[in-house]
Amino acid sequence: MAVDDATITEVQLGGRRGGPDVATLRTDKWWKLPVTTVAVLSAFIVYATWAAFFGTSNFFYAAHNLLSPFYSPCLGNICKTQGVTTSPFLGWWQLSPALIILVFPLGFRMTCYYYRKAYYRSFWRSPVACAVQDAHSTYSGETRAPLILQNIHRYFFYFGLVFNVLLTIDAVQAFIWPGGGVHMSIGTLVLCLNASLLWLYSLSCHACRHLCGGQVRNFSKHPIRHKLWKFVTPLNAKHMQFAWMSLVVVAMTDVYVRLVASGTITDFKIF
Amino acid sequence: MADLTMRIWRGDQDGGELVDYEIESQEGEVVLDVIHRLQATQIPDLACRWNCKAGKCGSCSAEINGMPRLMCMTRMDQLPDGPITVTPMRAFPIIRDLVTDVSFNFEMAKRVPAFNPPPMPEGGYRMQQIDVERGQEFRKCIECFMCQNVCHVIRDHEENKANYAGPRFFIRYAELEMHPLDTNDRRELVREKMGLGLCNITKCCTEVCPEHIKITDNAIIPLKERAVDAHYDPVAWLGRKITRRTKRSAAEAAADRP
Ligand code: SF4
Ligand code: SF4
Ligand code: FES
Ligand code: FES
Repeated sequence: MAVDDATITEVQLGGRRGGPDVATLRTDKWWKLPVTTVAVLSAFIVYATWAAFFGTSNFFYAAHNLLSPFYSPCLGNICKTQGVTTSPFLGWWQLSPALIILVFPLGFRMTCYYYRKAYYRSFWRSPVACAVQDAHSTYSGETRAPLILQNIHRYFFYFGLVFNVLLTIDAVQAFIWPGGGVHMSIGTLVLCLNASLLWLYSLSCHACRHLCGGQVRNFSKHPIRHKLWKFVTPLNAKHMQFAWMSLVVVAMTDVYVRLVASGTITDFKIF
Repeated sequence: MADLTMRIWRGDQDGGELVDYEIESQEGEVVLDVIHRLQATQIPDLACRWNCKAGKCGSCSAEINGMPRLMCMTRMDQLPDGPITVTPMRAFPIIRDLVTDVSFNFEMAKRVPAFNPPPMPEGGYRMQQIDVERGQEFRKCIECFMCQNVCHVIRDHEENKANYAGPRFFIRYAELEMHPLDTNDRRELVREKMGLGLCNITKCCTEVCPEHIKITDNAIIPLKERAVDAHYDPVAWLGRKITRRTKRSAAEAAADRP
């Protein structure tokens, strides 16, 4: 599709602009949001790095079958051997298994439309807040490498779905204890909450909304896709909330499992 | 007693400055009322655009305390104490005082390939209500151009103006791309020449839109996903290579026709 050139005239560039030449005239506390974003995201990154590189023990509590989401799926038989990463399956991999696993959720969140907004604003300050001058003098947006890779977000979404299934299986398995029988503890609930939030985060994804039905031109011809689209659209409106909640809860789940597995706290049994 | 300081930018292509005007506040006023009272009592040569005083014509866009807003819809009693700054839209060349030259937007409007329905006999077009409703949100646009003004892609980087449609026209592209009767495929155009990839979805357009159009979520991101379908998705790309198809096929377009 080309533009009908006959009607087009060049855009006149330049010309003095109105208003004083200052970065912003805003008087409200616009810096609060980017500062909070930097603080929370940095805290998460520091914690996740520690957990992935150094937290290679205590990520599994065998008695109640609780596995940290950072170490799921349990590659090889490391769950049984607790942090020994040279399992038959993973013999070639000498580092923490979390490093293999975390690439996918990390890629999913890095390319997420919401997180992009969050870090472009807060870390990259482009722009740090609306009507505040961009911190960079040149700008090419997402048109070049590496940022052009943001366009593969939907593939991370597919991987994300696989992880959601695995974490759901972990949550279900946490009801079945090695001693036999079906039980429930606080830890089981934590794993369930974590899996639910991750599902909500994935289902509210913009790529998901597009693939469910957003991409069709004609809803009336695609009633099932229209229904799916109608189902995910209200979730999509809350994508930001799910993004933050699932991020915090996934870290909390890891903390909880570690505290229990290291014997610092006991996992309270409900039945 | 003058209890209000209005700090208004006065100037033109030769330059300008912020000037303080003292005036008495009155109950129930919006910023445009105060501007009009200043025009009537102190500064008859103050230039400003307005028309409807009802938030529907999109003429009175300006920046109030640094944020793009409609002067006629900004109540004085909701602004913080202290001087109130009123400046013209920052992204466009100044004409005088609060009036800017917004012709960039009309240029971009001309570049949108028109709605192109298939030929049909008189009275032959039919649309279902759910398809009508989908584009309704985008038709609320009053063309105030505040989204264009706040968008850092052109606000802070003048050079991008040559190849950037901007949020107001992304919603137009999205509306047409979601129209069941339209047969044009603008996905490559909007990616290649209209700067869709320049938008980094930081959502300032959505934040300032007086019609509360979810510009980023409902128009720009769906367009970006369409650009992925048409261009970036490796699986879709392979599929097109195998079937030797580059665009939406005639069969697909026909199947979408009511
Ligand atoms: S979301 Fe995109 S179009 Fe909207 S203001 Fe931000 S960069 Fe501009
Ligand atoms: S989309 Fe909203 S902000 Fe942009 S021109 Fe239309 S009404 Fe104004
Ligand atoms: S996960 Fe956030 S947009 Fe896809
Ligand atoms: S005067 Fe019409 S929108 Fe303000």
